[in-house]
Amino acid sequence: MASVRLASLTKIFGQVNAIDNIDLEIDDREFFVLLGPTGAGKTTTLRLVAGLEKPDQGQVYLDNVSVNDISPALRDVAFVFQYYTLYPHYTVRQNLEFPLKPKFRRLSKSEIDAKVSEVAKILHIESLLERETVNLSGGEMQRVAIGRAIVRTPKVFLMDEPLSNLDAKLREEMRRELTRLHLDLGFTFFYVTHDQIEAMTMGDRIAVLNQGKILQIGTPDKIYNWPQNVFVAKFVGSPTINLLEANIETNTLVVGKKTLVCPIPESQRNSLKKYTKRELILGIRPEDIEVWKEKKKADSFKCTVYFIQSMGVEDILNLRIDDIVLRAVASPKLLTGVGDTIYASINMKRSHLFDPQTNRRL
Amino acid sequence: MADITLKNIVKRFDSLIAVNNLNLGIKDKEFVVLLGPSGCGKTTTLRCISGLETPDQGKILIDEEDVTNKRASQRDVAFVFQLYALYPHLTVYDNMAFPLLAQGLSRKRIRQEVDRAAQVLRIKHILNKKPRELSGGDMQRVALGRAIVRRPEVFLLDEPIGTLDAVFREEMRAELKKLHVDIGATTVYVTHDQVEAMSMGDRVVIMNLGVLQQVGTPHQVYNKPKNLFVANFIGSPGMNFINCKPSRGPRGKLVLGLSVVNATVAIPDEIQRTIIDKEKEEKDLVLGIRPENVMFSQKTKSNSLPARVYVVETMGSYNIIDVKLGDETIKVRTAPSIVPDIGETVSISFDPGGINIFDEETGNSVA
Repeated sequence: MASVRLASLTKIFGQVNAIDNIDLEIDDREFFVLLGPTGAGKTTTLRLVAGLEKPDQGQVYLDNVSVNDISPALRDVAFVFQYYTLYPHYTVRQNLEFPLKPKFRRLSKSEIDAKVSEVAKILHIESLLERETVNLSGGEMQRVAIGRAIVRTPKVFLMDEPLSNLDAKLREEMRRELTRLHLDLGFTFFYVTHDQIEAMTMGDRIAVLNQGKILQIGTPDKIYNWPQNVFVAKFVGSPTINLLEANIETNTLVVGKKTLVCPIPESQRNSLKKYTKRELILGIRPEDIEVWKEKKKADSFKCTVYFIQSMGVEDILNLRIDDIVLRAVASPKLLTGVGDTIYASINMKRSHLFDPQTNRRL
Repeated sequence: MADITLKNIVKRFDSLIAVNNLNLGIKDKEFVVLLGPSGCGKTTTLRCISGLETPDQGKILIDEEDVTNKRASQRDVAFVFQLYALYPHLTVYDNMAFPLLAQGLSRKRIRQEVDRAAQVLRIKHILNKKPRELSGGDMQRVALGRAIVRRPEVFLLDEPIGTLDAVFREEMRAELKKLHVDIGATTVYVTHDQVEAMSMGDRVVIMNLGVLQQVGTPHQVYNKPKNLFVANFIGSPGMNFINCKPSRGPRGKLVLGLSVVNATVAIPDEIQRTIIDKEKEEKDLVLGIRPENVMFSQKTKSNSLPARVYVVETMGSYNIIDVKLGDETIKVRTAPSIVPDIGETVSISFDPGGINIFDEETGNSVA
């Protein structure tokens, strides 16, 4: 088990700073997720930790020891990839034994057997041990790949989108298994994904990465409820946050030509005074808009149902007010239809404000 | 006007029956989604509608005209595939103008039609770019643009957004739905992703192994699945299933005896009668309940089942908590503020309105 620290880490490919001066600390036994879109630099970061790439600047520390000059094999990290890298004509047992076989590990046959059974039990693959890996399903193969990584108790467990090739149902199931596996094993997990649901559900903490830069590090709760910039607000959460251009005018936020006039909560009025007459970005999560068939609240506004996206447990209502479209989440029991007039109100206490120049939270 | 009728469609590939006696009516201007796992026959069905495949048996009618043996080019349909299929050496404008040139329209008309489509898809600013300069999302918009310029009566879409990143996929789901509302063409959409099906379809057609499982609105297939396959396929996280047997409880009322723990669950009055036969036949049943219909309490309560917290997943606007009821895992949806400790003993109970009951042997819904 180990902590991981990246200090001023930079990696350049040609003209591009794939990793641009990032600092990051992962605690011992933490489940840490690096989240970002394709091309953000996630995989490069993981490869730098594993030693598969050399940084152009900065240091990688494992347990406060710089490992820049230590070869990948001796860093004692384990890597699980998106594509299963198993020996196809070996049985599951032989695949699991393989990392334990090198002479320098000095393990006896019975010690190896014991480790393999323990890992097989944790991953529910005991019944598969004598099968050849070519005969396994995708989910089973990924379990074996994970098993091969954990069997030798590495210092850090690196995972590069290990679930992205599985179908939706299996992905969901494996998410829970990985969360539980982390609780049971207590290893340090460094997990990379482009899927915000994986990050939110599994991570103790999340770092959001874009274009080689870290935009925010925090618990899922902080990332979701206190996004520090527009990119994070938009990338995390489904359905996506509503982002509207707004102006502050005497204690209200005005969207469009008074299409929407939202009162600023008293607690925020003073701190926002200095932004008066300036353009801002107002962010509202769809669940923070409440809707009714009748006008129930003084501050509610009239809108038309443009289209509805059913999610089963809830409906996403796409509401139209003049030329603005707002996403709101409602119970299917509301029973509205396309073209209906309904009333909505925004919970301004949970709104997010950003500076359009810097994209930063105010 | 374009409604589509499929009558007793059978399509075989050698010994495999890809589509097995499919009957389906699609109304004019409707958005219908064919949903199922790979190999369920959804794409074959779509290809039969388009004319790229000819069914071995049955008939396809578009507006009551039999088109079963007509070629694809003789049907007024537009097909968008999963891959972008753009001409790499042509600009976005020329890619979109291409189908209209083939129709022999005047240059002025072509400009009008391309502009209109570009406006709807918000791609006016990239009309002079080449495909390689575009993002995946924009490429897919251009491919759609090329389909809508010629104002077809029917749109056929085969997993058009399957290859995009999650954030783009969500954006495209909303855009495709909006596009359908705006232009109102009959749309048949194929996907294996239940979220796409639910969020876009006016109705969802669920298939498995070539056989139709259920047709209904998103609400119908979600709340009243006809069988275990549909119940399991629709919804994320999926429905919870618990094996049980009907027996007699207090005052002679039927209850469900759970096999995983020594406990019973009351059966709502409305469905008591439908279970009577099952009790006589001593049938094994499956209780199906969605995570949002499982009530969760951190206090001990009467009339509820004790369970242990196994995993907590935070989703931002809600939490999914896995609890162990005996050896069975039950998923519960709660408010984001509810964060119990792992291993904590909690109480769960089931909302009577959310109870589904299936016959274990046939998999069919009995109530």
